[in-house]
Amino acid sequence: MRKLSKIFISILTLVASFSAFASIEETLTSFVEPWAGPFVSFIFAPLYGSEAIFGTGFPWIVMWLVIAATIFTFYFGFIQFRGFKHSIELVRGDYFDPKDAGQVTPFQALCTALSGTVGLGNIAGVGVAVAIGGPGATFWMILAGLMGMASKFTECILGVHYRNEYADGHVSGGPMYYLSKGLAERGMGGLGRALAVLFAIACIGGSLGGGNAFQANQSAQQIGSLIPFFGENPAIFGMIMAVLVFIVIVGGIKSIAKVTDKIVPFMAVVYITSALIIILMNIGSVGAAFGAIFEGAFTGPGVVGGAIGALIQGFKRAAFSNEAGVGSAAIAHSAVQTKHPATEGYVALLEPFIDTVVICTMTSLVITITGSWVPVGEEGHLAGIALTSKAFESQWSGFGPVLAVAAVLFAFSTMIAWSYYGIKAWTYLFGENAVGQLIFKLIFCAVVVIGASIPLGIVIDLSDAMIFAMAVFNIAGVYLLMPKVKELLHDYQGRLAAGEFPKVK
Amino acid sequence: MSKSYVVGIDGSEGSIRTAQYALAQADKAGASLKVIHVLEWSPYSFLTPEELEERHKRRQEELERAKTAVIGPMLEKLGSDSAEGEVRYGQIAEVISNYCDEIGADQAFVGRHGGGGLTSRLFGSVPGILVQISNIPVTVVP
Repeated sequence: MRKLSKIFISILTLVASFSAFASIEETLTSFVEPWAGPFVSFIFAPLYGSEAIFGTGFPWIVMWLVIAATIFTFYFGFIQFRGFKHSIELVRGDYFDPKDAGQVTPFQALCTALSGTVGLGNIAGVGVAVAIGGPGATFWMILAGLMGMASKFTECILGVHYRNEYADGHVSGGPMYYLSKGLAERGMGGLGRALAVLFAIACIGGSLGGGNAFQANQSAQQIGSLIPFFGENPAIFGMIMAVLVFIVIVGGIKSIAKVTDKIVPFMAVVYITSALIIILMNIGSVGAAFGAIFEGAFTGPGVVGGAIGALIQGFKRAAFSNEAGVGSAAIAHSAVQTKHPATEGYVALLEPFIDTVVICTMTSLVITITGSWVPVGEEGHLAGIALTSKAFESQWSGFGPVLAVAAVLFAFSTMIAWSYYGIKAWTYLFGENAVGQLIFKLIFCAVVVIGASIPLGIVIDLSDAMIFAMAVFNIAGVYLLMPKVKELLHDYQGRLAAGEFPKVK
Repeated sequence: MSKSYVVGIDGSEGSIRTAQYALAQADKAGASLKVIHVLEWSPYSFLTPEELEERHKRRQEELERAKTAVIGPMLEKLGSDSAEGEVRYGQIAEVISNYCDEIGADQAFVGRHGGGGLTSRLFGSVPGILVQISNIPVTVVP
């Protein structure tokens, strides 16, 4: 272990010293650009004719996610509303058999999956959505969050049902497994295998990009604005982050993870409470804020593309933030021991609700209530985390640094979660061997340093595109597997009604 | 119905003393003795995805280790046929109290832990909590 750390530190030093030169950025760009450019423009391509109709491009991938969520919502008869109470009961532990104490509880499964999605999207992403789409974007964001609950429900049930369980007790699951095994069951083995491999490749890209480089890059900027030393030497900050990530994912968790375990939920609570207090302090303006949100949603004053512009921003940021339909949560949930796959679906449908409907909405309410939003092109227009920060600062000066620290911690927990998703995709492609996993983990750590130290441009676009590419392959397969989910759901509901899973509280 | 006593142990020096004392009391009263070892566990602690995956495997390992490394040697030391072992997960004091209720125990025994750290000052020690929540008499063995 110690020897390993030494080798690792020397690799890091090497990477860091390289990244001091701008040339690595050029090398990366010239390597990636020829094939990444077309891929990125394909993923984010506007729907044909949307520019002419709406006056602004509507990326087809956003439409793809929203249509999927809508179809799942109808197909499962509004499960996100009808099953909501049951979800809460499951998470509260009402059905958790005391004999299973020591296993993962539904609450823990929910928190772990949330740690991968609650993050920069909720702070910076909302800042972007409201900045460009106006307060009205909030309405569409909430709607997309509510619909996304059905997507998560569907993919997480499949994740558990088709996971691989190995003799030594470890588990591998996620879209790669349900796409290949599930579609093979339906006589479409070839298609399933192809979708699974493509998904796994996209997942590795998403893991290293959006789940890592992007997070490292954004937190380096946050900390850089707080501590000038790191602002001038982002590579050093990147190395610190990389060492922490290394300790958690290679060194076997324990110490550092235990610290983040305590701090991340704490920061989440601090963030939500602060937002709530600001909302309560301005309770008189809440009505007006909702008015602005509704009005903005359907008329979109001051927004490029009007109501449609608001809608695109809201949908896009919701998808970025809660990852419903992307397939990432299915990987995390499939590892949980459960008496029936359907329970994980019920637990998972709370994730878009908490992530988007609750946390994102609070951020945008704070922005709207404090009147921090200024339309694009007018004086005082801010976007992203700067907008969120301004909104909080306007009520409590000195909140900026707290927000910056929260953003970094959220980024860290997102990185840990995505490293796991990446490993699962990696082992699907290259087999379950320890050396291969170690190689991936070392690459992952090196990317932290690269991500933090250089402005990535095309690579960031590429990683965003990779995350959405996951959704392309995942959702295509999930459509074909929907009937299986319905079958599992009916089986669960029948057995639940028959008293097979008794309430213990 | 014969009486039953419960002793909570953690495998430390002090808990051997406690168990021996409990056994002596049980023998005197003609009671059976249950030796319980509780693995500290919270349903709300945060897990990384990797821990989530390993939890099931770890749990089996932990139960196995508790049986072979804590309960087994303890029963051997006590050398009594009337003593039986039990391993549970949860908040130590709460689990011991619930277990006593579950089996209808008449008396519980726990050791007084040596340490008096900050957490036990703030949140109470195992014997402290057990004394407060237990529905049956509790003997704290120094």
